[in-house]
Amino acid sequence: MAVKVLIPPPLRPHAGGQAAAEFAAKNVEEALGQLTSEFAGLKRHLFTEEGRLRSFVNVYVNGEDIRYLAQEKTPTKDGDTINIIPSIAGGAPENGAKGKAGPPRSG
Amino acid sequence: MRVSMSQELLEKIRRHGEETYPHECCGALLGRDRSREAGEERPREILELVPLVNRREDSPQNRFSVAPQDVIKADRAAEARGLDVVGWYHSHPDHPARPSEYDRTHAWPWYSYIIVSVAKGAAGEMTSWRLEEDRAGYAEERIEVRSESANLN
Repeated sequence: MAVKVLIPPPLRPHAGGQAAAEFAAKNVEEALGQLTSEFAGLKRHLFTEEGRLRSFVNVYVNGEDIRYLAQEKTPTKDGDTINIIPSIAGGAPENGAKGKAGPPRSG
Repeated sequence: MRVSMSQELLEKIRRHGEETYPHECCGALLGRDRSREAGEERPREILELVPLVNRREDSPQNRFSVAPQDVIKADRAAEARGLDVVGWYHSHPDHPARPSEYDRTHAWPWYSYIIVSVAKGAAGEMTSWRLEEDRAGYAEERIEVRSESANLN
């Protein structure tokens, strides 16, 4: 038994294609630390340069948002599931701004 | 890069954008990505949609937001069908189907982001985009219309 970390599709290319990974960890910080040690490419997608979780990354433990628990110190035990959930948002330009985001590249 | 989907799904996205006009609509794209298998370039297949509620109540005419619970709901719907959430769609009411700066700063690499322009209540141009890994810009994906019915097996 261990703590299971679910990896969303956009991050799987940085995690060897895996949808989940398991670690022995006593809290979220430890689990995500081990995850990013094993898959270094994930680090910049999950954490800011100052080492804080990015605001567009939601982390849930057993279906509960860690923002309403003990943040990254939220305790975990064997059999728990940590779900990394990308924040999905966007929208049209402000009124009057018909521009686009940088030069779209063909591909 | 290419995505493929049925005409029926294309029309569903258009209708969703018209129904929520002048507000933005949003939803999840379920499918599978075998684009790198077998050494040939294949389109990413979009096989189902999960229409979702735009949670941006303060500015729904030019913003959309998907609640984390809805992301989980879309993930579970995909998993139940042996698929993945391969992207997201939303509408741009009275704006072109081009990603905005706000879209870029909130997007993730890998996902396909489909945008439908809805002008005066009528859906028009539809485009699909993928954020570059360095987040500097987008690559436009060609949308191919699949004529045959989806084979989920």
